[in-house]
Amino acid sequence: MTEPAITPALIDAHGLTPEEYDRILGIIGREPSFTELGIFSAMWNEHCSYKSSKKWLRTLPTEGPQVICGPGENAGVVDIGDGQAVVFKMESHNHPSYIEPYQGAATGVGGILRDVFTMGARPIAAMNALSFGEPSHPKTRQLVHGVVEGIGGYGNCFGVPNVGGEVRFHRAYNGNCLVNAFAAGLADADKIFYSAASGVGMPVVYLGAKTGRDGVGGATMASAEFDDTIEDKRPTVQVGDPFTEKRLMEACLELMQTGAVISIQDMGAAGLTCSAVEMGDKGGLGIKLTLDHVPQRETAMTAYEMMLSESQERMLMVLNPDLEDAARAVFEKWDLDFAIVGETIAEDRFLIIHGNETMADLPLSKLASSAPEYDRPWVETPPAADMEPVPEVDAIDALRALVSSPNYAAKQWVYEQYDHMVMADTVRAPGLGAGIVRVHGTAKALAFTSDVTPRYVKANPVEGGKQAVAEAYRNLCAVGARPLATTDNLNFGNPQKPEIMGQFVGAIKGIGAACAALDMPIVSGNVSLYNETDGQGILPTPTIGAVGLLDSLDDMICGVARDGHVALVVGETAGHLGQSALLAEVFNREDGDAPHVDLAAERRNGEFIRAQSSLINTCADLSDGGLALAAFEMAEAAGVGLVLDAADTPTLFGEDQARYLIATSFDKAEALMVAAGQAGVALISVGRFGGDKVRIGRSETSLAELQALYRGSFAAAFA
Amino acid sequence: MKAAVLVFPGSNCDRDLAVAFRAAGADVSMVWHKDMNLPEGVDIVGVPGGFSYGDYLRCGAIAAQSPIMRAVADHATRGGYVLGICNGFQVLCETRLLPGALMRNAGLKFVCKMQRLQVETTDSVYTSGYVAGQQITVPIAHHDGNYVIDDAGLAALRDQDRIAFTYLDNPNGSMVDIAGVLSANRRVLGMMPHPERVVDPAHGGMDGAPLFAGLTAALVAA
Repeated sequence: MTEPAITPALIDAHGLTPEEYDRILGIIGREPSFTELGIFSAMWNEHCSYKSSKKWLRTLPTEGPQVICGPGENAGVVDIGDGQAVVFKMESHNHPSYIEPYQGAATGVGGILRDVFTMGARPIAAMNALSFGEPSHPKTRQLVHGVVEGIGGYGNCFGVPNVGGEVRFHRAYNGNCLVNAFAAGLADADKIFYSAASGVGMPVVYLGAKTGRDGVGGATMASAEFDDTIEDKRPTVQVGDPFTEKRLMEACLELMQTGAVISIQDMGAAGLTCSAVEMGDKGGLGIKLTLDHVPQRETAMTAYEMMLSESQERMLMVLNPDLEDAARAVFEKWDLDFAIVGETIAEDRFLIIHGNETMADLPLSKLASSAPEYDRPWVETPPAADMEPVPEVDAIDALRALVSSPNYAAKQWVYEQYDHMVMADTVRAPGLGAGIVRVHGTAKALAFTSDVTPRYVKANPVEGGKQAVAEAYRNLCAVGARPLATTDNLNFGNPQKPEIMGQFVGAIKGIGAACAALDMPIVSGNVSLYNETDGQGILPTPTIGAVGLLDSLDDMICGVARDGHVALVVGETAGHLGQSALLAEVFNREDGDAPHVDLAAERRNGEFIRAQSSLINTCADLSDGGLALAAFEMAEAAGVGLVLDAADTPTLFGEDQARYLIATSFDKAEALMVAAGQAGVALISVGRFGGDKVRIGRSETSLAELQALYRGSFAAAFA
Repeated sequence: MKAAVLVFPGSNCDRDLAVAFRAAGADVSMVWHKDMNLPEGVDIVGVPGGFSYGDYLRCGAIAAQSPIMRAVADHATRGGYVLGICNGFQVLCETRLLPGALMRNAGLKFVCKMQRLQVETTDSVYTSGYVAGQQITVPIAHHDGNYVIDDAGLAALRDQDRIAFTYLDNPNGSMVDIAGVLSANRRVLGMMPHPERVVDPAHGGMDGAPLFAGLTAALVAA
């Protein structure tokens, strides 16, 4: 088999700079073969190597007594007591979803589920954070339909409940949507499976679906900016098969019970290459693969194609050879491929044999550890200019505008396409705030939320980064859950631009400070850079996925507001309107600074909510749209009217942080006032629930009128 | 009562159904799709929801050809009880244990939500725990729940009081709002909604519990 000659054009087509190519020459001391060049490009692209972000990711807090395994494995592992652990991660599939929305989103879900069950955990919950361009942009509708159907098509068939997420629209995503998929699984804390190989001469086994040409070069594509040649990249998007994934999960979990698995790694980005190198490197071993044994879906595949294929639903495992027959039987039961494709070797080599020829022979540890690492120049985001005054608005008119916007309208059109009840442990369905899933067979439950306000991050990356974590913290506290840990999915533009790198650095600083102060360490995550089209970057979007624990369902705050309930606000209201939803949706303005986050107040107020859960009928965090929107949502969910006493715009629509809205009975409200006084927490009455009208200050309408807008606007825009 | 829950490679509500059967007091065994026989002495077979073989052809079409479905058909022919939920309903239609077929939802989208149903007959072990005309709330989660049947078949269902449940505010375009149907001997029930997802206070509803309780009461007494 003759391979193409290495030329500067070929090197460039692999996304490698001349300096990076020189580095390769330095490492191997000769010109690489075509297959070797492909392997280097797969290992060294941004997606796999984190070469621009690593320096900053190291600064994040990743430890705590609850953390069993932090970043670096397929997913993070966190102790939830009773010998059980929750395993979770969030990952982006942005570029593939823009090119081919259904398959891009579907395989994003598939990839994150694989990350979770590779570690020995059965997935029990999924979420999706989606950012699309303006609703009026010609491409948006097709992306919304395709992405939502793709997520549903994969997750519904696989059988994991989708319990939450976000959907936002902004012109900055017109040419580059974001699809961030989260999954969490449940495992026994002492039966977590890792990727490090051990033992020389151990069989390396290929599991799952066959290898085809799909996705060849996908990770490199995902690390490049878009331009008008994007349609040419469609063949690099993988095609998902959730039915195979479901069988692969069942087979893997069954196999893990047998004791046959020494180490295991899913084949995600850059497939066979990344997974084999990862297993060898972590175990301090070399790997020899004989590609003739790889199950193939297409004929005449080359070594290059097999090493770079991103065909889905595949795993690589190091097997205990004494249990080969038992392992093979499990895979035959599930009608999946099981092939011994190589072995672990003592020498530090990554040796690829195909048709009796050596197609690659590289120093494995260097391949893994010598990826370039950049300290990209960055500039601090300048402070926001002073804000123009905000005119007073009629509160009901402003609320109409907010609930009619697809950003703040009810999202049932989206989540009704996802099975959110399969596994029959969903306790709190998606819609508002955190989703909750019971830990099967116990009284415990896990709460899940995903948050970020990209407008804030753009205006003030440090405060915006803090705010994303703080909002996740609040959403967990609002249902009575104790925040445990965090996964971050950092979506940014081109890191070679100092101002974009400055957004990244600032956001990391804010996220790190908040995770430390709120005791929710980062245990896994993903970085997606180069989210730009024709030089236009997205809003910086560091999505925070967070998990909280309810030791008992009895601690859950899950009521609804009732006629006669008092509306109370926890936390200080100053009326911060900079970068608010009101400005964006009503005045089409995005000015001012992001609200600042007082992490001590966040912690104090969150702990107050959890400690007083028995006095709280229902609770919501105050975020986008401030008090007015949160109070309307609470009333709407309960089907009761609402009176808010305040009439001024900053009080009603300001987005000050560290605040919650509570609905509870008059008697309990009095007891809460006493408790708040003792705890040094600000708590004020802001109105009451009841009747069938929404009255805010002097303005009034029927609940039904707003409800129709809120429930109908999303479908009206997209159905 | 002895229940068997079938497990196809793509079943994903098999555990949920087993939990609901057990909560109602049944002794449950899980039966693999490649098995040729049901366990000895099984009273009722549960065909669970999910995507039995991926549903890449018509939903349930491949499952209908699996070895275990021959045993299930024999069980039904002998007068045994069979409960098919969601994909299980599709499988029972494909195996001709129930009449009609389930087409793609009229809205062309997967729909998962709490759904109001009306109990149309209490004359079956499945529905005896309800009151005729009772309105209940049971979740749905399907892409292909749009029930169709020919005129003669529909007339037979009506004449023989074999429509078990109908939808209020039809979510999928089903003919005459049909959500579940009984076999001629009233021992096979297929339904798109998921009663096993509302059998526990934590589910936010208990309207599925009478189905399983009624079943256990009738079959234990039998």
